Amino acid sequence: MPQVYMVAAISLLVLTFLCLIRAAIGPSAADRVAAINVIGSKTMVIISLVSFLFGQEFFLDVALVYALIAFLMTVGVAKYMEKGVLG
Amino acid sequence: MLLNIISSILIFTGVFFFAVGVIGLLRLPDVYTRLHATTKCDTLGAGLVLLGLALQGNFVIGLKLVVIIILLWIANPTAGHVIARAAYNSGIPLMKGSFALDKTSKEKGS
Repeated sequence: MPQVYMVAAISLLVLTFLCLIRAAIGPSAADRVAAINVIGSKTMVIISLVSFLFGQEFFLDVALVYALIAFLMTVGVAKYMEKGVLG
Repeated sequence: MLLNIISSILIFTGVFFFAVGVIGLLRLPDVYTRLHATTKCDTLGAGLVLLGLALQGNFVIGLKLVVIIILLWIANPTAGHVIARAAYNSGIPLMKGSFALDKTSKEKGS
């Protein structure tokens, strides 16, 4: 099973770098926010895979908090993009 | 042994859906079509990978992973909806040749 986790994590890392292309060349701000949202969800899955790879189960708490922070970041940036102010 | 095979199949199916979402993010012509590709494929891919991982651990790890899956299934479509609404209200154009049935516009007064 560690080989499966390793191959899946490396594949997701390559896909994350492909997402960074869209985050760099995206013509509008919404493209960049969508790409960063995808990167956040992929990072959460990679953290879970690394947790199983190293046998450290408290990394799953890190993944949970990371998913919450990525969601808050997306909502905040989208609100700033729509209204021009935060709050 | 059978559990390992089922778990591997779930994990690699999830990685395949992530790959489909990234291809859609890179190739599609529009903000809204890109969001259409990425939100669905990411939700399904993350759910499948975490479900494949949850079959491998003990009860507490499985419960934590199920909590993460439920959180993602609520948060990820919400984020996609918020991004699409912000893009539409800030006037990012649709792709050439498409049109919108506008019921959320601010000018109409709703």
